[in-house]
Amino acid sequence: MAATREEVLGGLAELINDETGIATDTVELDKSFTDDLDIDSISMMTIVVNAEEKFDVKIPDEEVKNLKTVGDAVDFIVNAQA
Amino acid sequence: MTKKIVITGIGATTPIGGTARDSWKALLAGESGARSLEQEWAAKYELPVTFAATAEVPAADVLARHELKRLDPSSQFALIAGREAWADAGAPEVEPERLAIDWATGIGGVWTLLDAWDTLRERGPRRVLPMTVPMLMPNGPGAAVGMDLHARAGIRTVVSACASSTESLVNAWEHLQDGVADVVIAGGSEAAIHPITIASFASMQALSRRNDDPAIASRPYDVGRDGFVMGEGAAALVLETEEHAKARGARIYAELLGGAITSDAYHITAPDPEGSAAARAMKAAIEQAGAALSDVRHINAHATSTPVGDIAEYNALRRVFGDGLDDIAVTATKASTGHLLGGAGAIESIFTVMALHERTAPPTINLDEQDPEIPLDVVTSPRELGDGELIAISNSFGFGGHNAVAAFRAV
Repeated sequence: MAATREEVLGGLAELINDETGIATDTVELDKSFTDDLDIDSISMMTIVVNAEEKFDVKIPDEEVKNLKTVGDAVDFIVNAQA
Repeated sequence: MTKKIVITGIGATTPIGGTARDSWKALLAGESGARSLEQEWAAKYELPVTFAATAEVPAADVLARHELKRLDPSSQFALIAGREAWADAGAPEVEPERLAIDWATGIGGVWTLLDAWDTLRERGPRRVLPMTVPMLMPNGPGAAVGMDLHARAGIRTVVSACASSTESLVNAWEHLQDGVADVVIAGGSEAAIHPITIASFASMQALSRRNDDPAIASRPYDVGRDGFVMGEGAAALVLETEEHAKARGARIYAELLGGAITSDAYHITAPDPEGSAAARAMKAAIEQAGAALSDVRHINAHATSTPVGDIAEYNALRRVFGDGLDDIAVTATKASTGHLLGGAGAIESIFTVMALHERTAPPTINLDEQDPEIPLDVVTSPRELGDGELIAISNSFGFGGHNAVAAFRAV
């Protein structure tokens, strides 16, 4: 069953926390992965791979560079699940 | 002119303690870190050896979750030991460009490598995480310590099996002499208690098979010794020039007088039974220290509890010290800790440093009936080493025919 936007945000925040130690409540939709959350490319790819498994979606490598903010990622995952 | 190099900080996580101090206390108390392996794999693969000296305090109890996720266990142990040593030294104020790391490991990130192989086969390449290679590389543990403490004068890693971390100390001494740094953190780590290493060491008949009583399995010099006990953990020492240490008012544990490295070029695993290259390393270390053989009053032996290795080291010791060997207090601390492989030299150097600092040689446990072919004065309960000039050496030998010896002096 597809997850809601809130569920995807919550799940993504857990994956980010797991990988980087960033508190889940600071992971908000308008935050930039690089500028606000200081997530490097290796962590980003780890989060992407874990998100694919968690939400049962495919996130192509060429798509990852378009995921600038947490909101971009949430939207992509929600649409991919639809 | 040779600079005086001193030890101002120690850190460790070992099978007998989560810190250097706790490990030292447990050693003096005669404890053993060997225990039955509870992991499901120990039974699943019907391993011939089902025990090891696992870290007393799991890394997961010490590090943050995101640190654990990005570090192989060998790097986790390294980070714990490095941080403790640094704090113990009083977190010296030193320019990053004057701080170096000399680390060591015997095997590197074996768990990461083999877990990733399982992942690839079972779940495909997409699930092999990008951190896999940086986690498995043997320079990972040294890099973890150096990144954490901002060491920019070079992070070097030596890989010479069970001699590795004594070599790292010798290298650190040389780097301080060469002036590439004012402070060096030297150490080693290992986290290789894995079914494959156990199977391999067991098939070469190197491991003790006392599955029913792990605590008495590591018994160097005893007639009943039947192999070593695998250990894991890490140890780190903060080394600096005496000038640098005194200028900042640091506590000095002992002096690192120097060390030496030689090689057998005899056999990939068996020690040269004559011990001539091992003897040459000991002589060279003592000569470099500017000491007389008779100044050496304590030896932390390599002594892993294998039938062949303990005798080969004894032969080398006798070759060096002659009759004088009978007056030297010898300890084999692997009886308590098991064999930390690439971490062994560093933890044994810490034990040697503490023996000098407290002028007390730690005991060798499990020596019930000493092998008559190894007539050494083995310390079996804590023994006072007395006043005056006090020099000790720590021996490490490794597969590949590596011999490394470090020499220390009480201050």
